[in-house]
Amino acid sequence: MNTVLETSGLTKRYGRTDALRGCDLLLAGGKVTGLVGPNGAGKTTLLQIAVGLHRPTAGRIRVLGLDPWREGVALLSRVGFVAQDRPLHPGFTVAETLEIGRRLNPRWDHAYALARVKHFGLPLDRPVRSLSTGQRAQVALTLALGKRPEVLLLDEPVANLDPVARLELLEELMGVVAEDGPSVILSSNVLADVERVCEHVVILIDGRVRISGDADELVRSHVLVSGPRRSGKDPADGEVIEVRHADRQTTLLLRGHAAPSEDGTEVRPATLEEIVVGYLRSEREEVPQ
Amino acid sequence: MAVPRGQLTAATADLTAFPYFTSVVVKVATIRFRLDQASGVPTYLQLVQQTKHAVRYGMLRPGDRLPTAREVVLDLAINPNTVLKAYRELEREGFVYSRPGAGTFVADDAPAPLARSVHQPLRRSLDRWLAGAHAAGLDRESVVALITLALNDAFSEKEAARA
Repeated sequence: MNTVLETSGLTKRYGRTDALRGCDLLLAGGKVTGLVGPNGAGKTTLLQIAVGLHRPTAGRIRVLGLDPWREGVALLSRVGFVAQDRPLHPGFTVAETLEIGRRLNPRWDHAYALARVKHFGLPLDRPVRSLSTGQRAQVALTLALGKRPEVLLLDEPVANLDPVARLELLEELMGVVAEDGPSVILSSNVLADVERVCEHVVILIDGRVRISGDADELVRSHVLVSGPRRSGKDPADGEVIEVRHADRQTTLLLRGHAAPSEDGTEVRPATLEEIVVGYLRSEREEVPQ
Repeated sequence: MAVPRGQLTAATADLTAFPYFTSVVVKVATIRFRLDQASGVPTYLQLVQQTKHAVRYGMLRPGDRLPTAREVVLDLAINPNTVLKAYRELEREGFVYSRPGAGTFVADDAPAPLARSVHQPLRRSLDRWLAGAHAAGLDRESVVALITLALNDAFSEKEAARA
């Protein structure tokens, strides 16, 4: 298996806050991976460490087998990164922005970058500040794609985009995956989008990996069971992730399988959103009661 | 009964490509996949089910080409590997075959469309059963619940054997 990202015991401390605490992760190449988790779970920190923007406090990280902090130069020609706020110089035109990409990157496909920009009908002579948020997102993505990266790291790529711009960006991204097949690791809180485009899902909670697995497998192995409230242990077959009680009814998120029954118990497949939310809430409830 | 999930709009066009290859007629089939994000059914499985449905109802016929991964990606903004995963599953089950460089096609020995002679009597007996349920005072939800239970009993063994 070719590994795109590998961490063990990765820890990052900012003052008294632990952004990552002992994060162990192994991601295979050639896939689209979604990082999900509540705000402050460490998604952004993980991505930033992966491109050498921060030095880990402890632990180990390798991206394409390289140490991002020590071997950043070798690594960055092969990795595309778009930060959360899509930083672009507002005063530069689209053409100037691409020119910066050309001059700063030893591996840069200028014809490809220009063709992409033309494809979106982005005016080359307009300053970035006059573009819509969706257009800026496309320019930022083009800047990351211009070096034809082997790995694309995207921090909240669809944040602040309207629904049409969001779908366009995802279509574009998946088109790139279909053609060039880079590995993609993206963080997102839009779980419907993660479900749509990601083959692998990582749930980060409190700076640690709670779940890392195949998205289809995750969806297939979880069900929501709801029925009359029972006392004592539930007979369900599998690991109960989260239990919610109403007066007379119980709803379970179950890792495993269950059958509906005549007593009114219903079973339905859980969506990725329901699964992720279930895991997040269960963690929260484990804190003192 | 409820309308089956994954309805397809299907259009089949005959294109006579390269007329100088006298007898070559390329048949292009376009089915469009739909995505139901609230279903809890993995995306690749939705594509598998929709393709089977289209074959079963004759919207896709042997030799028809399925959309390429790129075509589906541009239509639905899903991961191309998901499309390939669906096609691999369909190939494993004998519904389609792939010709490298040419595409994925519906197999000649794919299960035949459901014959009217089979379909109609089953439908009629179902209608009679529903009339009985209605007469007994069952509302729509109760009917669905009962059918779900029966389906589960009938198919759970089969599915357990497959898994």
